[in-house]
Amino acid sequence: MIILTILQTVGRAFLSALATIGRLALFTLLALLHCVKPPYYWRLLLRQMVDIGYYSLPVVGMTAIFTGMVLALQTSTGFARVGGEFAIPNVVVISITRELGPVLAGLMVAGRIGAAMAAEIGTMRVTEQIDALTTLSTNPLNYLVAPRLVAGIAMLPLLVVVGDIIGVFGGYLVSIYKLGFNPATYIRNTIDFVETLDVVSGLVKASVFGFLVTLMGCYHGYNSRGGAQGVGAATTNAVVSASILILIFDYMLTEIFFTK
Amino acid sequence: MNARPPKIEIRGLNKAFGEKRVLNGVDLEVGVGESVVVIGGSGSGKSVTLKCVLGLIQADGGSIKVDGQEVVGLRGGERERVLRKFGMLFQGAALFDSLRVWENVAFGLVQGRGMARDPAKEVALRKLGAVGLGPEVGELWPAELSGGMQKRVALARAIATEPEIIFFDEPTTGLDPIMADVINELVRKCVNDLGATALSITHDMASARKIGDRIAMIYEGRIIWSGRVAEIDHSANDFVDQFIHGRAEGPIKMPVRPL
Repeated sequence: MIILTILQTVGRAFLSALATIGRLALFTLLALLHCVKPPYYWRLLLRQMVDIGYYSLPVVGMTAIFTGMVLALQTSTGFARVGGEFAIPNVVVISITRELGPVLAGLMVAGRIGAAMAAEIGTMRVTEQIDALTTLSTNPLNYLVAPRLVAGIAMLPLLVVVGDIIGVFGGYLVSIYKLGFNPATYIRNTIDFVETLDVVSGLVKASVFGFLVTLMGCYHGYNSRGGAQGVGAATTNAVVSASILILIFDYMLTEIFFTK
Repeated sequence: MNARPPKIEIRGLNKAFGEKRVLNGVDLEVGVGESVVVIGGSGSGKSVTLKCVLGLIQADGGSIKVDGQEVVGLRGGERERVLRKFGMLFQGAALFDSLRVWENVAFGLVQGRGMARDPAKEVALRKLGAVGLGPEVGELWPAELSGGMQKRVALARAIATEPEIIFFDEPTTGLDPIMADVINELVRKCVNDLGATALSITHDMASARKIGDRIAMIYEGRIIWSGRVAEIDHSANDFVDQFIHGRAEGPIKMPVRPL
Protein backbone atom coordinates (compact mmCIF):
# COMPACT_ATOMS: atom_id res chain seq x y z
CA MET A 1 0.00 0.00 0.00
CA ILE A 2 2.79 2.39 0.96
CA ILE A 3 4.72 1.39 -2.17
CA LEU A 4 1.65 2.10 -4.29
CA THR A 5 1.27 5.55 -2.72
CA ILE A 6 4.95 6.32 -3.34
CA LEU A 7 4.71 5.13 -6.95
CA GLN A 8 1.56 7.20 -7.49
CA THR A 9 3.27 10.30 -6.10
CA VAL A 10 6.39 9.77 -8.23
CA GLY A 11 4.27 9.02 -11.31
CA ARG A 12 2.14 12.12 -10.81
CA ALA A 13 5.24 14.29 -10.38
CA PHE A 14 6.83 12.76 -13.49
CA LEU A 15 3.71 13.30 -15.62
CA SER A 16 3.37 16.83 -14.28
CA ALA A 17 7.02 17.54 -15.17
CA LEU A 18 6.49 16.19 -18.70
CA ALA A 19 3.36 18.33 -19.11
CA THR A 20 5.27 21.42 -17.94
CA ILE A 21 8.11 20.72 -20.39
CA GLY A 22 5.57 20.29 -23.18
CA ARG A 23 3.78 23.53 -22.30
CA LEU A 24 7.08 25.42 -22.09
CA ALA A 25 8.27 24.00 -25.44
CA LEU A 26 5.00 25.00 -27.10
CA PHE A 27 5.13 28.47 -25.55
CA THR A 28 8.75 28.92 -26.68
CA LEU A 29 7.88 27.88 -30.23
CA LEU A 30 4.88 30.20 -30.41
CA ALA A 31 6.81 33.06 -28.82
CA LEU A 32 9.67 32.73 -31.34
CA LEU A 33 7.17 32.51 -34.19
CA HIS A 34 5.54 35.74 -33.05
CA CYS A 35 8.96 37.46 -32.87
CA VAL A 36 9.21 37.22 -36.66
CA LYS A 37 5.49 37.44 -37.47
CA PRO A 38 3.99 40.93 -37.95
CA PRO A 39 2.70 43.21 -36.56
CA TYR A 40 5.83 44.59 -34.92
CA TYR A 41 5.43 46.90 -31.95
CA TRP A 42 8.50 49.15 -32.30
CA ARG A 43 7.48 51.53 -29.52
CA LEU A 44 7.12 48.64 -27.05
CA LEU A 45 10.40 47.13 -28.24
CA LEU A 46 12.20 50.41 -27.62
CA ARG A 47 10.66 50.70 -24.17
CA GLN A 48 11.77 47.18 -23.27
CA MET A 49 15.27 47.81 -24.63
CA VAL A 50 15.61 50.91 -22.47
CA ASP A 51 14.23 49.05 -19.45
CA ILE A 52 16.47 46.02 -19.86
CA GLY A 53 19.57 47.77 -21.17
CA TYR A 54 19.72 51.25 -19.72
CA TYR A 55 18.01 50.77 -16.36
CA SER A 56 19.97 47.59 -15.62
CA LEU A 57 23.29 49.39 -16.09
CA PRO A 58 23.74 50.48 -12.44
CA VAL A 59 23.17 47.01 -10.97
CA VAL A 60 25.29 45.26 -13.63
CA GLY A 61 28.00 47.93 -13.30
CA MET A 62 28.16 47.61 -9.50
CA THR A 63 28.28 43.82 -9.72
CA ALA A 64 31.00 43.93 -12.37
CA ILE A 65 33.29 46.43 -10.66
CA PHE A 66 33.28 44.62 -7.32
CA THR A 67 33.66 41.24 -9.01
CA GLY A 68 36.73 42.54 -10.88
CA MET A 69 38.15 43.99 -7.66
CA VAL A 70 37.59 40.80 -5.66
CA LEU A 71 38.99 38.71 -8.48
CA ALA A 72 42.22 40.72 -8.55
CA LEU A 73 42.52 40.52 -4.77
CA GLN A 74 41.83 36.78 -4.57
CA THR A 75 44.14 36.00 -7.47
CA SER A 76 46.85 38.02 -5.84
CA THR A 77 46.59 36.21 -2.48
CA GLY A 78 46.26 32.81 -4.17
CA PHE A 79 48.98 33.21 -6.78
CA ALA A 80 51.42 34.83 -4.31
CA ARG A 81 52.02 31.36 -2.86
CA VAL A 82 53.48 30.18 -6.19
CA GLY A 83 54.89 33.52 -7.28
CA GLY A 84 52.36 34.02 -10.07
CA GLU A 85 51.06 37.56 -9.31
CA PHE A 86 52.04 38.66 -12.82
CA ALA A 87 49.09 36.61 -14.12
CA ILE A 88 46.49 38.79 -12.37
CA PRO A 89 45.53 40.86 -15.50
CA ASN A 90 45.14 37.65 -17.50
CA VAL A 91 43.00 35.91 -14.89
CA VAL A 92 40.81 38.98 -14.42
CA VAL A 93 40.15 39.58 -18.11
CA ILE A 94 39.57 35.90 -18.97
CA SER A 95 37.29 35.30 -16.00
CA ILE A 96 35.28 38.43 -16.62
CA THR A 97 34.83 38.13 -20.39
CA ARG A 98 34.26 34.38 -20.58
CA GLU A 99 32.27 33.68 -17.43
CA LEU A 100 31.57 36.21 -14.75
CA GLY A 101 30.47 39.06 -17.00
CA PRO A 102 27.67 37.18 -18.80
CA VAL A 103 26.68 34.93 -15.88
CA LEU A 104 26.48 37.68 -13.27
CA ALA A 105 24.75 40.08 -15.66
CA GLY A 106 22.28 37.29 -16.54
CA LEU A 107 21.58 36.57 -12.87
CA MET A 108 21.21 40.25 -12.01
CA VAL A 109 18.86 40.82 -14.94
CA ALA A 110 16.91 37.69 -13.98
CA GLY A 111 16.32 39.24 -10.54
CA ARG A 112 15.48 42.68 -11.87
CA ILE A 113 13.81 42.16 -15.23
CA GLY A 114 12.61 38.53 -15.13
CA ALA A 115 10.78 39.14 -11.87
CA ALA A 116 9.27 42.42 -13.09
CA MET A 117 8.09 40.80 -16.34
CA ALA A 118 6.48 37.87 -14.55
CA ALA A 119 4.77 40.23 -12.09
CA GLU A 120 3.52 42.61 -14.81
CA ILE A 121 2.28 39.96 -17.23
CA GLY A 122 0.94 37.84 -14.34
CA THR A 123 -1.06 40.80 -13.03
CA MET A 124 -2.35 41.41 -16.55
CA ARG A 125 -3.43 37.76 -16.69
CA VAL A 126 -5.29 37.70 -13.38
CA THR A 127 -6.98 41.07 -13.99
CA GLU A 128 -8.17 39.92 -17.45
CA GLN A 129 -6.03 42.50 -19.28
CA ILE A 130 -4.63 39.73 -21.51
CA ASP A 131 -8.18 38.64 -22.36
CA ALA A 132 -8.95 42.30 -23.09
CA LEU A 133 -6.02 42.42 -25.54
CA THR A 134 -7.46 39.43 -27.39
CA THR A 135 -10.93 40.97 -27.61
CA LEU A 136 -9.32 44.14 -29.01
CA SER A 137 -7.91 42.12 -31.94
CA THR A 138 -4.38 42.15 -30.54
CA ASN A 139 -2.40 38.95 -30.16
CA PRO A 140 -0.88 38.95 -26.65
CA LEU A 141 2.15 36.99 -27.83
CA ASN A 142 2.88 39.66 -30.45
CA TYR A 143 2.17 42.54 -28.12
CA LEU A 144 3.56 41.38 -24.78
CA VAL A 145 6.01 38.55 -25.36
CA ALA A 146 7.80 39.25 -28.66
CA PRO A 147 9.13 42.75 -27.77
CA ARG A 148 10.45 41.45 -24.44
CA LEU A 149 12.21 38.46 -26.00
CA VAL A 150 13.82 40.51 -28.76
CA ALA A 151 14.89 43.21 -26.30
CA GLY A 152 16.41 40.58 -23.98
CA ILE A 153 18.35 38.90 -26.78
CA ALA A 154 19.62 42.24 -28.10
CA MET A 155 20.37 44.12 -24.88
CA LEU A 156 22.11 41.55 -22.68
CA PRO A 157 25.23 41.46 -24.93
CA LEU A 158 25.45 45.26 -24.82
CA LEU A 159 25.10 45.19 -21.04
CA VAL A 160 27.82 42.56 -20.85
CA VAL A 161 30.20 44.64 -23.02
CA VAL A 162 29.82 47.49 -20.53
CA GLY A 163 30.02 45.04 -17.60
CA ASP A 164 33.23 43.50 -19.02
CA ILE A 165 34.90 46.90 -19.31
CA ILE A 166 33.83 47.93 -15.80
CA GLY A 167 34.86 44.53 -14.37
CA VAL A 168 38.33 44.74 -15.92
CA PHE A 169 38.57 48.30 -14.63
CA GLY A 170 37.75 47.00 -11.12
CA GLY A 171 40.66 44.56 -11.36
CA TYR A 172 42.85 47.38 -12.66
CA LEU A 173 41.98 49.63 -9.69
CA VAL A 174 42.94 47.01 -7.11
CA SER A 175 46.04 45.94 -9.01
CA ILE A 176 47.34 49.49 -9.42
CA TYR A 177 46.37 51.14 -6.12
CA LYS A 178 46.58 48.15 -3.76
CA LEU A 179 48.95 45.65 -5.33
CA GLY A 180 51.34 48.15 -6.89
CA PHE A 181 51.14 47.09 -10.55
CA ASN A 182 52.40 49.41 -13.26
CA PRO A 183 49.32 50.81 -15.08
CA ALA A 184 50.79 50.57 -18.59
CA THR A 185 52.01 47.01 -18.03
CA TYR A 186 48.65 45.97 -16.62
CA ILE A 187 46.74 47.37 -19.60
CA ARG A 188 49.21 45.90 -22.11
CA ASN A 189 49.01 42.46 -20.47
CA THR A 190 45.22 42.62 -20.49
CA ILE A 191 45.01 43.57 -24.17
CA ASP A 192 47.71 41.11 -25.24
CA PHE A 193 46.14 38.20 -23.44
CA VAL A 194 42.47 38.52 -24.27
CA GLU A 195 41.35 36.85 -27.51
CA THR A 196 38.39 37.51 -29.75
CA LEU A 197 36.84 34.16 -28.82
CA ASP A 198 36.86 35.12 -25.12
CA VAL A 199 34.75 38.19 -25.79
CA VAL A 200 32.57 36.65 -28.50
CA SER A 201 31.75 33.57 -26.41
CA GLY A 202 30.73 35.85 -23.55
CA LEU A 203 28.48 37.87 -25.81
CA VAL A 204 26.83 34.77 -27.28
CA LYS A 205 26.24 33.52 -23.75
CA ALA A 206 24.77 36.91 -22.84
CA SER A 207 22.35 36.73 -25.76
CA VAL A 208 21.22 33.23 -24.77
CA PHE A 209 20.85 34.32 -21.13
CA GLY A 210 18.81 37.35 -22.24
CA PHE A 211 16.50 35.00 -24.11
CA LEU A 212 16.19 32.65 -21.13
CA VAL A 213 15.49 35.43 -18.62
CA THR A 214 12.78 37.08 -20.72
CA LEU A 215 11.30 33.73 -21.78
CA MET A 216 10.96 32.60 -18.16
CA GLY A 217 9.51 35.96 -17.09
CA CYS A 218 6.96 35.89 -19.90
CA TYR A 219 6.12 32.18 -19.57
CA HIS A 220 5.50 32.22 -15.84
CA GLY A 221 3.62 35.53 -15.98
CA TYR A 222 1.50 34.44 -18.94
CA ASN A 223 0.48 31.20 -17.21
CA SER A 224 -0.05 32.58 -13.72
CA ARG A 225 -3.34 31.80 -12.02
CA GLY A 226 -5.23 32.66 -8.88
CA GLY A 227 -4.71 36.30 -7.91
CA ALA A 228 -1.92 37.83 -5.87
CA GLN A 229 -0.61 34.47 -4.66
CA GLY A 230 -0.38 33.19 -8.23
CA VAL A 231 1.48 36.29 -9.36
CA GLY A 232 3.88 35.93 -6.42
CA ALA A 233 4.55 32.31 -7.32
CA ALA A 234 5.06 33.26 -10.98
CA THR A 235 7.62 35.88 -9.98
CA THR A 236 9.56 33.45 -7.81
CA ASN A 237 9.43 30.71 -10.45
CA ALA A 238 10.61 33.11 -13.15
CA VAL A 239 13.72 34.10 -11.19
CA VAL A 240 14.56 30.61 -9.94
CA SER A 241 14.06 28.85 -13.29
CA ALA A 242 15.95 31.56 -15.21
CA SER A 243 18.87 31.36 -12.75
CA ILE A 244 19.09 27.58 -12.99
CA LEU A 245 18.81 27.61 -16.78
CA ILE A 246 21.54 30.27 -16.99
CA LEU A 247 23.94 28.00 -15.09
CA ILE A 248 23.00 24.93 -17.15
CA PHE A 249 23.34 26.75 -20.48
CA ASP A 250 26.58 28.36 -19.29
CA TYR A 251 28.13 24.92 -18.92
CA MET A 252 26.75 23.73 -22.26
CA LEU A 253 27.99 26.80 -24.14
CA THR A 254 31.40 26.57 -22.46
CA GLU A 255 31.60 22.97 -23.68
CA ILE A 256 30.73 24.07 -27.20
CA PHE A 257 33.18 26.99 -27.28
CA PHE A 258 36.20 25.72 -25.40
CA THR A 259 36.27 21.93 -25.55
CA LYS A 260 38.46 20.87 -28.41
CA MET B 1 -38.17 34.78 -31.65
CA ASN B 2 -36.97 37.10 -34.42
CA ALA B 3 -37.73 36.19 -38.02
CA ARG B 4 -34.12 37.06 -38.97
CA PRO B 5 -31.45 34.48 -38.16
CA PRO B 6 -29.95 35.05 -34.73
CA LYS B 7 -26.76 37.08 -34.35
CA ILE B 8 -25.44 34.57 -31.83
CA GLU B 9 -26.66 30.99 -31.64
CA ILE B 10 -25.34 28.67 -28.93
CA ARG B 11 -26.34 25.01 -29.01
CA GLY B 12 -25.41 22.27 -26.52
CA LEU B 13 -22.32 24.08 -25.25
CA ASN B 14 -20.18 21.99 -22.89
CA LYS B 15 -17.13 22.84 -20.86
CA ALA B 16 -15.43 21.08 -17.98
CA PHE B 17 -12.37 22.01 -15.95
CA GLY B 18 -10.91 18.70 -14.85
CA GLU B 19 -13.65 16.81 -13.06
CA LYS B 20 -15.89 19.86 -12.71
CA ARG B 21 -18.48 20.31 -15.44
CA VAL B 22 -19.21 24.03 -15.70
CA LEU B 23 -21.34 24.12 -18.86
CA ASN B 24 -23.72 21.28 -19.37
CA GLY B 25 -25.41 21.91 -22.71
CA VAL B 26 -26.10 25.65 -22.86
CA ASP B 27 -28.67 26.66 -25.52
CA LEU B 28 -29.09 30.38 -26.14
CA GLU B 29 -29.99 32.65 -29.03
CA VAL B 30 -29.46 36.39 -29.27
CA GLY B 31 -31.29 38.15 -32.10
CA VAL B 32 -29.91 41.00 -34.18
CA GLY B 33 -30.09 44.23 -32.17
CA GLU B 34 -31.43 42.40 -29.14
CA SER B 35 -30.12 42.82 -25.61
CA VAL B 36 -30.10 39.55 -23.68
CA VAL B 37 -29.08 39.30 -20.05
CA VAL B 38 -27.97 35.99 -18.57
CA ILE B 39 -28.55 35.82 -14.83
CA GLY B 40 -27.35 33.16 -12.43
CA GLY B 41 -25.45 32.58 -9.22
CA SER B 42 -21.71 32.61 -8.80
CA GLY B 43 -20.09 29.62 -10.49
CA SER B 44 -23.14 28.83 -12.60
CA GLY B 45 -21.18 29.22 -15.86
CA LYS B 46 -22.10 32.76 -16.98
CA SER B 47 -18.57 34.05 -17.54
CA VAL B 48 -17.41 30.77 -19.08
CA THR B 49 -20.23 31.00 -21.64
CA LEU B 50 -19.13 34.49 -22.69
CA LYS B 51 -15.48 33.46 -22.84
CA CYS B 52 -16.32 30.42 -24.98
CA VAL B 53 -18.09 32.67 -27.50
CA LEU B 54 -15.02 34.94 -27.62
CA GLY B 55 -12.65 31.96 -27.89
CA LEU B 56 -10.84 32.95 -24.68
CA ILE B 57 -11.78 29.49 -23.39
CA GLN B 58 -11.94 26.49 -25.72
CA ALA B 59 -15.35 24.75 -25.57
CA ASP B 60 -15.32 20.97 -25.13
CA GLY B 61 -18.38 20.45 -27.29
CA GLY B 62 -21.43 22.06 -28.81
CA SER B 63 -21.84 24.80 -31.36
CA ILE B 64 -21.51 28.58 -31.30
CA LYS B 65 -22.51 30.49 -34.41
CA VAL B 66 -21.98 34.20 -34.96
CA ASP B 67 -23.86 35.51 -38.01
CA GLY B 68 -24.30 31.87 -38.99
CA GLN B 69 -20.55 31.15 -38.90
CA GLU B 70 -19.36 28.37 -36.60
CA VAL B 71 -16.72 29.85 -34.28
CA VAL B 72 -15.85 26.88 -32.05
CA GLY B 73 -12.30 25.86 -32.92
CA LEU B 74 -11.51 29.02 -34.93
CA ARG B 75 -7.90 30.15 -34.60
CA GLY B 76 -5.47 32.78 -35.81
CA GLY B 77 -6.62 35.21 -38.49
CA GLU B 78 -10.14 33.77 -38.73
CA ARG B 79 -10.68 34.19 -35.00
CA GLU B 80 -9.34 37.75 -35.18
CA ARG B 81 -11.77 38.57 -38.01
CA VAL B 82 -14.69 37.33 -35.90
CA LEU B 83 -13.44 39.21 -32.84
CA ARG B 84 -13.55 42.47 -34.80
CA LYS B 85 -17.34 42.27 -34.48
CA PHE B 86 -17.11 42.28 -30.68
CA GLY B 87 -16.62 44.76 -27.91
CA MET B 88 -16.34 43.63 -24.32
CA LEU B 89 -16.70 45.30 -20.95
CA PHE B 90 -14.87 43.20 -18.37
CA GLN B 91 -16.02 42.75 -14.79
CA GLY B 92 -12.95 44.44 -13.30
CA ALA B 93 -12.71 46.91 -16.24
CA ALA B 94 -9.36 45.31 -17.27
CA LEU B 95 -7.85 48.65 -18.26
CA PHE B 96 -4.19 48.54 -19.28
CA ASP B 97 -2.25 50.06 -16.35
CA SER B 98 0.68 51.10 -18.51
CA LEU B 99 -1.43 53.24 -20.87
CA ARG B 100 -3.22 56.54 -20.31
CA VAL B 101 -7.01 56.53 -20.30
CA TRP B 102 -7.33 57.83 -23.88
CA GLU B 103 -4.80 55.25 -25.08
CA ASN B 104 -6.90 52.54 -23.44
CA VAL B 105 -10.02 53.76 -25.23
CA ALA B 106 -8.18 54.13 -28.54
CA PHE B 107 -6.39 50.78 -28.22
CA GLY B 108 -8.71 48.80 -30.48
CA LEU B 109 -8.57 51.53 -33.13
CA VAL B 110 -4.77 51.93 -33.10
CA GLN B 111 -3.66 48.32 -32.63
CA GLY B 112 -6.65 46.45 -34.02
CA ARG B 113 -7.65 48.72 -36.92
CA GLY B 114 -4.33 50.42 -37.66
CA MET B 115 -5.67 53.98 -37.17
CA ALA B 116 -3.07 56.73 -36.60
CA ARG B 117 -2.74 57.93 -33.01
CA ASP B 118 -4.02 61.50 -33.52
CA PRO B 119 -7.38 60.67 -35.12
CA ALA B 120 -7.72 57.72 -32.72
CA LYS B 121 -7.26 60.13 -29.81
CA GLU B 122 -10.05 62.34 -31.18
CA VAL B 123 -12.38 59.34 -31.37
CA ALA B 124 -11.34 58.25 -27.86
CA LEU B 125 -12.11 61.66 -26.38
CA ARG B 126 -15.48 61.66 -28.16
CA LYS B 127 -16.29 58.22 -26.72
CA LEU B 128 -15.19 59.38 -23.27
CA GLY B 129 -17.64 62.26 -23.69
CA ALA B 130 -20.38 59.76 -24.60
CA VAL B 131 -19.92 58.06 -21.23
CA GLY B 132 -19.87 61.38 -19.37
CA LEU B 133 -16.13 61.87 -18.91
CA GLY B 134 -14.34 65.07 -19.90
CA PRO B 135 -11.22 65.25 -22.09
CA GLU B 136 -9.04 65.90 -19.03
CA VAL B 137 -9.76 62.34 -17.87
CA GLY B 138 -8.11 61.08 -21.06
CA GLU B 139 -4.69 62.17 -19.80
CA LEU B 140 -5.02 60.32 -16.47
CA TRP B 141 -3.74 56.82 -15.70
CA PRO B 142 -6.26 54.04 -14.89
CA ALA B 143 -4.96 53.81 -11.30
CA GLU B 144 -6.03 57.43 -10.74
CA LEU B 145 -9.71 56.67 -11.45
CA SER B 146 -12.50 55.56 -9.11
CA GLY B 147 -14.24 52.23 -9.71
CA GLY B 148 -17.19 53.92 -11.42
CA MET B 149 -14.92 55.95 -13.70
CA GLN B 150 -12.95 52.82 -14.59
CA LYS B 151 -16.17 51.10 -15.62
CA ARG B 152 -17.11 54.10 -17.77
CA VAL B 153 -13.70 54.11 -19.43
CA ALA B 154 -14.03 50.36 -20.03
CA LEU B 155 -17.45 51.03 -21.60
CA ALA B 156 -15.93 53.74 -23.80
CA ARG B 157 -13.24 51.27 -24.87
CA ALA B 158 -15.84 48.59 -25.60
CA ILE B 159 -17.80 50.92 -27.92
CA ALA B 160 -14.82 52.76 -29.46
CA THR B 161 -14.64 50.50 -32.50
CA GLU B 162 -18.43 50.63 -32.89
CA PRO B 163 -18.79 46.85 -32.70
CA GLU B 164 -21.79 44.89 -33.92
CA ILE B 165 -21.92 42.85 -30.70
CA ILE B 166 -21.08 44.00 -27.17
CA PHE B 167 -20.60 41.73 -24.16
CA PHE B 168 -21.01 43.08 -20.66
CA ASP B 169 -19.54 40.99 -17.85
CA GLU B 170 -21.10 42.08 -14.55
CA PRO B 171 -21.22 45.77 -15.53
CA THR B 172 -22.38 46.98 -12.10
CA THR B 173 -20.38 44.74 -9.74
CA GLY B 174 -18.62 46.68 -7.00
CA LEU B 175 -20.46 49.95 -7.64
CA ASP B 176 -22.78 51.86 -5.34
CA PRO B 177 -26.48 51.78 -6.38
CA ILE B 178 -26.45 55.26 -7.90
CA MET B 179 -23.30 54.67 -9.94
CA ALA B 180 -24.66 51.24 -10.90
CA ASP B 181 -27.76 52.92 -12.32
CA VAL B 182 -25.61 55.46 -14.17
CA ILE B 183 -23.69 52.58 -15.77
CA ASN B 184 -26.93 50.78 -16.61
CA GLU B 185 -28.27 53.92 -18.34
CA LEU B 186 -25.01 54.31 -20.26
CA VAL B 187 -24.99 50.67 -21.31
CA ARG B 188 -28.56 50.94 -22.58
CA LYS B 189 -27.85 54.26 -24.36
CA CYS B 190 -24.63 53.02 -25.99
CA VAL B 191 -26.27 49.81 -27.22
CA ASN B 192 -29.26 51.74 -28.61
CA ASP B 193 -27.08 54.41 -30.27
CA LEU B 194 -24.91 51.78 -31.97
CA GLY B 195 -27.83 49.49 -32.79
CA ALA B 196 -25.61 46.73 -31.43
CA THR B 197 -26.51 43.27 -30.24
CA ALA B 198 -25.76 42.90 -26.52
CA LEU B 199 -25.18 39.91 -24.30
CA SER B 200 -24.72 40.69 -20.62
CA ILE B 201 -24.19 38.57 -17.56
CA THR B 202 -25.04 39.73 -14.10
CA HIS B 203 -26.56 38.72 -10.81
CA ASP B 204 -27.80 42.25 -10.21
CA MET B 205 -31.54 42.08 -10.97
CA ALA B 206 -31.96 45.87 -11.18
CA SER B 207 -29.28 45.89 -13.85
CA ALA B 208 -30.81 42.92 -15.69
CA ARG B 209 -34.22 44.58 -15.82
CA LYS B 210 -32.76 47.86 -17.03
CA ILE B 211 -30.38 46.73 -19.77
CA GLY B 212 -32.12 43.62 -21.09
CA ASP B 213 -34.87 43.03 -23.64
CA ARG B 214 -34.85 39.40 -22.67
CA ILE B 215 -33.50 37.51 -19.64
CA ALA B 216 -32.21 33.94 -19.51
CA MET B 217 -31.33 32.15 -16.30
CA ILE B 218 -28.43 29.74 -16.14
CA TYR B 219 -28.23 27.11 -13.41
CA GLU B 220 -25.73 24.27 -13.13
CA GLY B 221 -24.42 24.96 -16.61
CA ARG B 222 -27.77 25.01 -18.44
CA ILE B 223 -30.29 27.66 -19.41
CA ILE B 224 -33.33 26.79 -17.31
CA TRP B 225 -35.60 29.70 -18.22
CA SER B 226 -35.74 32.40 -20.84
CA GLY B 227 -38.30 35.13 -21.49
CA ARG B 228 -39.05 38.84 -21.90
CA VAL B 229 -38.04 41.10 -19.01
CA ALA B 230 -41.67 41.74 -18.13
CA GLU B 231 -42.31 38.00 -17.84
CA ILE B 232 -39.69 37.26 -15.23
CA ASP B 233 -41.91 38.12 -12.27
CA HIS B 234 -44.44 35.53 -13.50
CA SER B 235 -42.03 32.87 -14.71
CA ALA B 236 -43.70 30.05 -12.72
CA ASN B 237 -40.18 28.72 -12.26
CA ASP B 238 -39.15 28.13 -8.65
CA PHE B 239 -35.44 28.56 -9.44
CA VAL B 240 -36.04 31.93 -11.13
CA ASP B 241 -38.38 33.06 -8.33
CA GLN B 242 -35.83 32.20 -5.66
CA PHE B 243 -33.04 33.97 -7.55
CA ILE B 244 -34.86 37.20 -8.38
CA HIS B 245 -36.15 37.56 -4.83
CA GLY B 246 -32.79 36.61 -3.33
CA ARG B 247 -34.19 33.97 -0.98
CA ALA B 248 -31.92 31.54 0.86
CA GLU B 249 -34.74 28.95 0.92
CA GLY B 250 -35.74 27.26 -2.30
CA PRO B 251 -34.62 24.68 -4.85
CA ILE B 252 -31.20 26.36 -5.31
CA LYS B 253 -28.98 25.05 -2.53
CA MET B 254 -25.82 27.00 -1.80
CA PRO B 255 -22.87 24.78 -0.87
CA VAL B 256 -22.27 26.29 2.59
CA ARG B 257 -21.35 24.46 5.74
CA PRO B 258 -23.46 25.06 8.87
CA LEU B 259 -21.80 27.25 11.51
